[in-house]
Amino acid sequence: MADIRYREIAHNGLWKNNPALVQLLGLCPLLAVTGSVVNALGLGLATMLVLTASNTAISMIRNHVSEAVKIPAFVMIIATFTTCTELLMQAFTYELYTILGIFIPLIVTNCIILGRAEAFASKNPVVTSALDGLMMGSGFGLVLLLIGIIREILGNGTLFANMHLLFGPMAENWTLHLFGEGYGFLIAVLPPGAFLVAGMLIALKNIIDKRIDDRRAAQQAPVITGAKRVRTTGAIS
Amino acid sequence: MARLGKSVGFNSLVLGAFALITAALLASTYLGTKDRIAEAQREVAKRALLEIVPMDRHTNDLLLDTVSVPANYWHTLGVEGGEVNIARQGDEPVAVIIPAVAPDGYSGDIQLIIGINIDGSLAGVRVVSHHETPGLGDKVEIKKSDWLLGFNGKSLTDPTAELWKVKKDKGAFDQFTGATITPRAVVKQVYKTLKYYNEDRERLLKAARQQPTINHQASEDSEHG
Repeated sequence: MADIRYREIAHNGLWKNNPALVQLLGLCPLLAVTGSVVNALGLGLATMLVLTASNTAISMIRNHVSEAVKIPAFVMIIATFTTCTELLMQAFTYELYTILGIFIPLIVTNCIILGRAEAFASKNPVVTSALDGLMMGSGFGLVLLLIGIIREILGNGTLFANMHLLFGPMAENWTLHLFGEGYGFLIAVLPPGAFLVAGMLIALKNIIDKRIDDRRAAQQAPVITGAKRVRTTGAIS
Repeated sequence: MARLGKSVGFNSLVLGAFALITAALLASTYLGTKDRIAEAQREVAKRALLEIVPMDRHTNDLLLDTVSVPANYWHTLGVEGGEVNIARQGDEPVAVIIPAVAPDGYSGDIQLIIGINIDGSLAGVRVVSHHETPGLGDKVEIKKSDWLLGFNGKSLTDPTAELWKVKKDKGAFDQFTGATITPRAVVKQVYKTLKYYNEDRERLLKAARQQPTINHQASEDSEHG
């Protein structure tokens, strides 16, 4: 039984209730930092970390705080984890931290995090809450990454540029130049490009969902139509 | 009333306990990362300085060997405080690296460091931070374009004062396609900084000569072979 529940949580976070594509939460960082893969991945990982940690902690304390002070306590926990993440990023990926700038401290205000704390972690046991945080965080992070990939390819003609900011010297030459040097497509780099790409992804998700629904309906259909036909023919004869 | 008082008291206690726990967590993370963060910041600052005055042109520790920017020139340089880094061969200064801010970029301040050789020629200019438009104004980054290298070797007299402008304003410096404001701001601030150096040179070098040379620590020396 537990397996089914875990699978449902994963499906919820990654696809069905994806924070970025369905709930449309956290759009500000989504649009602001997805200009390149390394930025998107950096913020995605940071958000995932904060979300998982805060969900776990909040689930642990859920029976010890009263309704009245629940929200302040949650905010305090979320702020703590965000600041810790900020300090860690400064320590280990300093340049990436300077590029992402204000969007790291702003993770505190990301609605996904307080949303999951209130809607899920405050009502569920620790393990499921941690998994929910991880899956919601991954769902958000993957969309960030996808937009980052698309915008970096379209905008700069590169992929994985500056990855050493995140992975150290070994990533120094991961950069792929897809359309030769000097290529550039401005709108993909600027914020409107992020809106366009995010919009396309949402549309794509809806198309895929519709296809799945249609197929499911088609699989069930023969039984129903068959039954009807029997009745019709029966009536005619 | 007593019940209300009791619940307020209890809730405050719970919140207080949370504040203590989170503060402790923050404090320990801070203490654990403090040194690494300071080192990372130093590393980044040092790399920028070394690009302007490479290792083979100086023997001292650029980062620590500094003279304060005099307050009466803060306005000229667009800074509030800051340190001029001194590069030396042995004890003799060979170049200074001056922080400056071009306030009139397309989207606000462009922070620069400007390296000037003792003879008044430019050793190099680098942008430390800026908010210019990606794809247009961000060609002031050395990573995106080698435009900044065009300053190397230039001085107050080369080109002459009326040519210290972008080409669009009938000067000697290229602008970028689609972006004139950014290079214009940078050219203007570099020129102002050169003028500052010209005026303050004697005092600056005297101050540098008076203070002891700060050399690299032994461990760092061996690191650089």
